[in-house]
Amino acid sequence: MAAAPKIIVVGGGLAGLSAVIKIAEMGGNVDLFSIVPVKRSHSVCAQGGINAAKNLKGEGDSTWQHFDDTVYGGDFLANQPPVKAMCEAAPGIIDLLDRMGVPFNRTAEGLLDFRRFGGTLYNRTAFAGATTGQQLLYALDEQVRRYEAEGKVKKYEHWEFLSAVLDGNGVCRGICAIDLRSMEVRTFPADAIIICTGGIGAIFGKSTNSVVCTGSAQSALYQQGCYYANGEFIQVHPTSIPGEDKLRLMSESARGEGGRVWVPKKPGDNRDPKSIPESERWYFLEEWYPKYGNLVPRDVATRAIFKVVYEYHLGIDGKPMVYLDLTHIDRKILDRKLEGILEIYEKFVGDDPRVTPMKIFPGMHYTMGGLWIDYKQATNIPGIYSAGECEYQYHGANRLGANSLVSCIYGGAIAGPASVKYAQGLQGSSDGNGCFEAEKKKQEESNVRLMNNQGTENPFKLWHELGELMTKDCTVIRYNKNLEQTDAKLVELLERFRKVNLSDRTQWANTSVVFARQLYNMLQLSRVIAQGARMRDESRGAHYKPDFPERDDKNWLKTTKAYFAPDADEPKFEFEPVDVSLIPLRPRKYDVAK
Amino acid sequence: MANKSVILRIKRQPNPAAKAHWEEFELAYKPNMNVTSCLMEIAANPVTREGKATTPITYDSNCLEEVCGSCAMLINGRARMACSALIDHLEQPIRLEPFSKFPIVRDLATDRSVIFENLKAVKAWVPVDGTYDLGPGPRMTQEEQEGAYPLSRCISCTCCMEACPQFNEETGFVGAATISQVRLFNTHPTGKALKRERLAALMGDGGIQECGYAQNCVEVCPKDIPLTKAIAEVGGEVMKQAFVDLFRR
Repeated sequence: MAAAPKIIVVGGGLAGLSAVIKIAEMGGNVDLFSIVPVKRSHSVCAQGGINAAKNLKGEGDSTWQHFDDTVYGGDFLANQPPVKAMCEAAPGIIDLLDRMGVPFNRTAEGLLDFRRFGGTLYNRTAFAGATTGQQLLYALDEQVRRYEAEGKVKKYEHWEFLSAVLDGNGVCRGICAIDLRSMEVRTFPADAIIICTGGIGAIFGKSTNSVVCTGSAQSALYQQGCYYANGEFIQVHPTSIPGEDKLRLMSESARGEGGRVWVPKKPGDNRDPKSIPESERWYFLEEWYPKYGNLVPRDVATRAIFKVVYEYHLGIDGKPMVYLDLTHIDRKILDRKLEGILEIYEKFVGDDPRVTPMKIFPGMHYTMGGLWIDYKQATNIPGIYSAGECEYQYHGANRLGANSLVSCIYGGAIAGPASVKYAQGLQGSSDGNGCFEAEKKKQEESNVRLMNNQGTENPFKLWHELGELMTKDCTVIRYNKNLEQTDAKLVELLERFRKVNLSDRTQWANTSVVFARQLYNMLQLSRVIAQGARMRDESRGAHYKPDFPERDDKNWLKTTKAYFAPDADEPKFEFEPVDVSLIPLRPRKYDVAK
Repeated sequence: MANKSVILRIKRQPNPAAKAHWEEFELAYKPNMNVTSCLMEIAANPVTREGKATTPITYDSNCLEEVCGSCAMLINGRARMACSALIDHLEQPIRLEPFSKFPIVRDLATDRSVIFENLKAVKAWVPVDGTYDLGPGPRMTQEEQEGAYPLSRCISCTCCMEACPQFNEETGFVGAATISQVRLFNTHPTGKALKRERLAALMGDGGIQECGYAQNCVEVCPKDIPLTKAIAEVGGEVMKQAFVDLFRR
């Protein structure tokens, strides 16, 4: 074909930027859409590091070990071939980032330093202080800015994706988006689109995610016919700092550098933690999991903390909090390796974690589930690709710490070239037979409806209720009865959404109408999570049902695939076998070595 | 000590053409409140202190942990990030205003895209050959890493530009953040390949010469970046470069 392929990338976090760079390098043209300037994407929040089996510590680490840890940590729910390919690509990704100028911490010899993270016994995590995500995002942002200066990339920042434009054959021909300032709705043609829109934290109200992580784009696509896979797998990070506006992450790297989790042995012991002698402290993770100690995977650590707080009633001051203690570690080491996160704790809580143990509690952090994709990152709708947290491919039932950054960059680097190849094979360019006009009209009408709706419900209050509901019943501990009630309440919330009343009806930088749209999409996606969790009668990774405490490979070694049934206005489900062709199934336990 | 309520005075402007006005809000005090949590509460109940219904406040925000650089605004007259502005540490009534030196979008949101244009102008990137596998990057000592890392933590919040007396339409000054990035890339073993071009971009009107050494930048920087040090070092390099260029012609 004559013209260079035109690809739209939605989302400018690590996955999106990685895809953009690959496409530009192949000679394609990219339109990059992002709600916020891409440098402000949620990837900046990643703290601890990025995994790659470089084996620079003489431990005999290998990409196979990384692969095995990832599959085992994910409780065998991930398709194994793509995970293997990712782990094999990881050392090259680190080299590339190193060449791009990421200021990774160094050893005395000037080589990359690596630290330990959860779910592995190897020092496999490269890091740049404790702001690794920020440093990685900046490196890719800089390369994209270079392509932008060369005219190969055009950025649409402060634009939000509304829907895909599908032609009469169900093939994606572009997107429909809204300018968040002028409120103009416009369609943009492309040969293929790549969705890299990140997490869904806002569904849970308060989480460690950024404000833009609503899952709205994924949900819109699910409602347009994309499969959404393994939605019920939600990661709750064991150590976050509870706050009024969000739960701020306290990185796993704090434990990777030797941080210890404990509670006073005596209930209600309100002494200053430093005056509590060793013999009166309970290092419960170290006691229960002698082999991995404080570095068990996140689902395991989170359940342990819940047990200590809610069953043993040993939370600090009777509140849902435990100590994360760094005070025994040399101050210089802390500053060199963890400064960024210590600074966050200091700024937002007011205590110095070098001197006082931190008070932390689990918080919703990550979705393992997401848009269903094949091994080339293609969704089931031709022309729609996806990479990053918004897809489901690499983490199975539980993601290991420091694997998200590598999966984002790797997924983007697969999706970019795959979309270009797809575009090159497209037969002619269709004008879409009026599908652009139709989609634009549909989205504009939806905005007008919301603007003119005369009701009594405030969308921000509805959102608050949604967050409490989902956090209570769809996170750490799940019961079928509660999940059924949750879904019934979601139907109620959707009903109340019809009576939404916007307190802002202006046509300029109106955040209310945009938020109301996101909220509707959050509600639809919440049902996928609640119903998926209700169906899966087993415990696997982050999905834990006390009534079904064991993994059930006979019945549930399968991928959940939800699709939207427009007539019923609710999710329907199919299941697909998991590819476990490379590593045989075995029980997952962390009290002993694998 | 805990106050019973929190009072905020917020400068409102519905669009760039409209006139600005002030609105006051009163919220029930809770521990651990920050400016962003207050703005979220107002969105859920947009009613002024006098009981008048109004619109939610438009403002930029994203990470809420002071790494994304979105929520910069003037809080009690000081350029800072709203997420890390804890209510307990602020004098009331708390005055919220948009940045004054950037085009207003609406309410507390301003258009600060000039910072990204500046980064483009100084080629703030490492010119890698490509993303194919070329082995590891250059070796670096711990000392070099420790020099680069603080500069690399710049969140492009533009607080340093808002606070700078020289940053205005008249001078067209690029501002401290961009100069510190020149410093960062000019010291990187591969990045320094573009050193001459970066220094050239900082010569002349709007360049580094506009700096008046007021030192406000380093004062307001939320990330404690050694901005004045970077400016001094780059300033010296620009002078040297200008001198060399003079004799090359």
